Amino acid sequence: MILAMDTSTYVLGVALGDKEAVKAEWTTYEKKNHSLRLMPGIDHVMKSINVEPSDLSGIAVTTGPGSYTGVRIGVSTAKAMASALQIPIYDVSSLEALASNRRFGNGLVCSFIDARRGQVYAGVYEAREGDLQAVFQEKLWLLDDLLAELASRSLPVYFLSLDVDLHRDNIQQALGSKASFGGATDSRIKPAEILRIALDKPPVSNVHALVPRYLQLAEAEKNWRKVQGDHE
Amino acid sequence: MPRILAIETSCDETAVAIVEDGKNIISNIVASQMEIHQRFGGVVPEVASRHHVENMTMVVEEAMSAAKMSYKDLDAIAVTEGPGLVGALLVGVNTAKGLAYAHDLPLLPVHHIGGHIHAAQLVAEVEYPTLALVVSGGHTSLIYMPKEGVYEGVGETRDDAVGEAYDKVARTIGLSYPGGPEIDRLAAKGEVTIDFPRAWLEDGSYDFSFSGLKSAVLNYIHNAKQRGEEVVPENVAASFQASVTDVLVERSRRAASEYDVKQFLVTGGVAANRELRSSMESEFPAEGNVELVIPPLSLCTDNAAMIGAAAQIAWKKGLRAGYDLNGEPGLLLG
Ligand SMILES: [Zn+2]
Repeated sequence: MILAMDTSTYVLGVALGDKEAVKAEWTTYEKKNHSLRLMPGIDHVMKSINVEPSDLSGIAVTTGPGSYTGVRIGVSTAKAMASALQIPIYDVSSLEALASNRRFGNGLVCSFIDARRGQVYAGVYEAREGDLQAVFQEKLWLLDDLLAELASRSLPVYFLSLDVDLHRDNIQQALGSKASFGGATDSRIKPAEILRIALDKPPVSNVHALVPRYLQLAEAEKNWRKVQGDHE
Repeated sequence: MPRILAIETSCDETAVAIVEDGKNIISNIVASQMEIHQRFGGVVPEVASRHHVENMTMVVEEAMSAAKMSYKDLDAIAVTEGPGLVGALLVGVNTAKGLAYAHDLPLLPVHHIGGHIHAAQLVAEVEYPTLALVVSGGHTSLIYMPKEGVYEGVGETRDDAVGEAYDKVARTIGLSYPGGPEIDRLAAKGEVTIDFPRAWLEDGSYDFSFSGLKSAVLNYIHNAKQRGEEVVPENVAASFQASVTDVLVERSRRAASEYDVKQFLVTGGVAANRELRSSMESEFPAEGNVELVIPPLSLCTDNAAMIGAAAQIAWKKGLRAGYDLNGEPGLLLG
């Protein structure tokens, strides 16, 4: 039995399942502190189908990109459980999990989160009969560059993001009728998709080495590196 | 005889210890980020949080293997709930919850300052009533404990923590971060030639204030430079340190006699300061009626053994945290 958790956005998600089926799935949309609610949520989902921690054979967690604090809460919890139970841990991208909501569509799927100053952190995938192939590795883009790149391709693009309204106008301007957008229920990560992705890939070889996917270097680190560069 | 695994991540040390009965250290691991933050001239919260996530489970496993224990040998998981940097606290708190949940162990919340105070248990039998002076980069507190587990704040800094004042003054005389050890080293070679102010505040107050002193040092250096006079850093360090120590010792002496305590505990990173130690030792001599307890440096700076020691009190009181435990950056003691 694998336990999956997601705290990368304000949506909190927990799921339990194995190769055969999803056994339980729980999400909330409250904009409340994940630290207060993640472990009670896990406990709730586990109890709802009578699963004990010792029944777990793996932990899957979204490592971002997303809210730094949110992701750290999930990753800390997941690493602690995997380490204490000596079971494997699975590193799942929150962008890939989100894009999976459209894996039965046709064309391109772009999942993103806003990264301020005209930037987005985005993943671009091609959906083919339930399978997602990465077209670009997830990375930080200037939205204008990303849209120009997508406009140069013939396939339609389906956008999925909790931040979609921030950029809807820009996207429509650049892509016209080639762009379409997920609705509210498609724009959040479904914990069962985290399970599915985890079950399809090898676990992380070293639990300790699992770290969040940050959008950028910490500000202080960036400045320090700039100064170092200037001195070279 | 509970065996408690304790976690501390309130600032820039990722620390895990296993402590038995609140006094025997079975293992005590600290992964310090000091070198990382040195380049920034101080602790950067986001950087600290990132390193905690990176190191946390490794430090847990190191503490377990150093203790040659498995989870079935443990009775509880303790963690610093606050105060501290919220992002840093959250890593420890959520790790503690994950460990506790995985093995159905009780979860004990610990106050960071309580941890500093109860570090004394690791080196001495604490006798109540007692007073504790907690001095570090983040805290300057004088706390009275009529009996175990009861804390009354007696004095508190109104502005900078004493360690913070050290860091700022160190920067102005061109020393590296952290400033405490550097100033202490320099002061040992200098003389008290400058009469920096002592902030006595109102009559009878036990509070502290170090911002005026910090500005006085700044002004002194500025004025000396303007007049083309030579600044002797050794003497500035010695004079600054004398001013700090005078106030700390005066408050301690007065409180110890007013509260009529059996012991006086000095703890926190600044307790490593040689000048402060020797002044405290002459204030509370071995043959006197107040016993002075200053834990060794490794237990004075942030560590998890002290959290394990303090957790013993939560254990005895029957205090247990739920799975909704959160990091509390402004948590009050008591
Ligand atoms: Zn401290």
